[in-house]
Amino acid sequence: MSVLSLNNLKAGYGQTEILHDLSMYVDANEIVAVIGPNGAGKSTAMKSVLGLLNIAEGNITLNGDDITNTPAAEVVRLGISYVPQTQNVFVNLSVQENLEMGAWTRPEGMEQRLDEMFDLFPDLSQKRKQAAGSLSGGQRQMVAMAKALMVDAKILLLDEPTAGLSPKYRGEIFGTIQKIKSTGVPILIVEQNAKQALGVADRGYVLVDGANRHTGTGAELLGDREIARMFLGGGH
Amino acid sequence: MWDAFGFEFVNFYFIPGLVLGCIYALGAIGITLTFSILRFANFAHGELMMIGSYLTWTVMAIATAFLGIALHPLIAAVPATIVLIFLFLWTDKFFYKPFRKADTIKVVMASFGMMLVLRSAVQVIWGPNQQTFVSGIAKPNPVLREWSGGLDLMLLIPNKHLFIFAGTLIFVIALSYLLNRTRIGKAMRAVSDSPDLAHVTGIDVDQVIRATWIVGGTCAMAAGVFLAMDVQMLETTMGFRMLLPMFAAAILGGIGKPYGAVVGGLVIGLAEELSAYPWIGDAPLLSPGYKSGVAFAIMVIMLIVRPQGIFKGRSF
Repeated sequence: MSVLSLNNLKAGYGQTEILHDLSMYVDANEIVAVIGPNGAGKSTAMKSVLGLLNIAEGNITLNGDDITNTPAAEVVRLGISYVPQTQNVFVNLSVQENLEMGAWTRPEGMEQRLDEMFDLFPDLSQKRKQAAGSLSGGQRQMVAMAKALMVDAKILLLDEPTAGLSPKYRGEIFGTIQKIKSTGVPILIVEQNAKQALGVADRGYVLVDGANRHTGTGAELLGDREIARMFLGGGH
Repeated sequence: MWDAFGFEFVNFYFIPGLVLGCIYALGAIGITLTFSILRFANFAHGELMMIGSYLTWTVMAIATAFLGIALHPLIAAVPATIVLIFLFLWTDKFFYKPFRKADTIKVVMASFGMMLVLRSAVQVIWGPNQQTFVSGIAKPNPVLREWSGGLDLMLLIPNKHLFIFAGTLIFVIALSYLLNRTRIGKAMRAVSDSPDLAHVTGIDVDQVIRATWIVGGTCAMAAGVFLAMDVQMLETTMGFRMLLPMFAAAILGGIGKPYGAVVGGLVIGLAEELSAYPWIGDAPLLSPGYKSGVAFAIMVIMLIVRPQGIFKGRSF
């Protein structure tokens, strides 16, 4: 059984349908990348899981349980952690306070998980008292991910975690994503940097116009001529 | 030097300004918290302050009538605070919550309506006439007077003003502890920072909103009671008259910044009183009738020069 499964979703904001027929799943111990052109509905797919928009048809399941149209706070409580693309840290709160807020739905054993997070993200350890807004973009992304992992996450959803970051930080973020996977948390990642994302992903989906166009393992998609031409900046 | 200049300045301008500043500060805390967490300018905040003082007056009247004791307003304010908080939560549930996802201007207008409803209700229940907690002249604290007189710096501060200073200090320290050390206080700052992110983090935003009303309501209660103690009178328009200087204080300090509201309140209170000091010649610099104009002028200048306020709050 898949951890997270989106089945034949039709969804959008108000009357505007953005996802026309979207299906994807994430299994345990997997990194799944979603790539596609701007406006293909990548972020929308992620937001539909959080109950942030109306799902007209289809359903979403978490470990087999239907969570279609469940409110965000409840979705988080059920173990789906989400890192938005922008404004993903509380800028006026310190790094540690951000992590504490991440643990809102599961406050017990917080000290221990704080220690785990500072082990996983050693750079943040010295900056725990610093306001998150004073950190660089890459470090903020680390705070956002650590904050999301403060709950007992069953799956982590990352919306374009490397958007706007320098190549150095991009590499670091992808390295961290692999480290998180090794702790047993599966990851669904939406990315513009398709090449790097598919490089770390076990599987990937290519979205076009709110529906899946291609799917395969990361390596398969990276080797596909058409996809390379469309998204990866020229053929091989 | 003290006799010629300091005595009059400190006792008749600076200390009253500080007292007024404390009252503005406490009121402005509620306004700034509501603005940053619920995202609207609450015009009914002054009325809730006023109702707080009327509730306190009622508790005192009940104690006198049934128990034959004269309660100090600060003791009577404790049960009154509980009633006021329920009133805050009730107005939120029935009047503001339906507008939560609507445009800000709608909920601002709703709060304006709420202001009129509450003031009329008070006029119906308590009548339009003035009331007072305690009548008579407030004498300066004799111990402080003797002690400072011995240092040639005679201070004439009545007990009610000492209570107001101490009370404000306690409230500010408690607020600082709440916002920086407690789980709900940190969540209040988080929601103020980004409601959307708080939502997808799983923070119970409704609980945070309730906490905001409770904190803002308690501060409004203190402001209302302190004001009624200071001017020794309660009337139904007292809250409305406080509204402009309290908003000016919140804007001056930076909207959404509780410490800013405190600093802003003190600055506005001092500026209003000191504007009437005879800085040049013997006549007041500004006639005391223009006091409220001072708050308004500071607010307008601040919005033009530095709209984010002293502490870099949200700008408009």
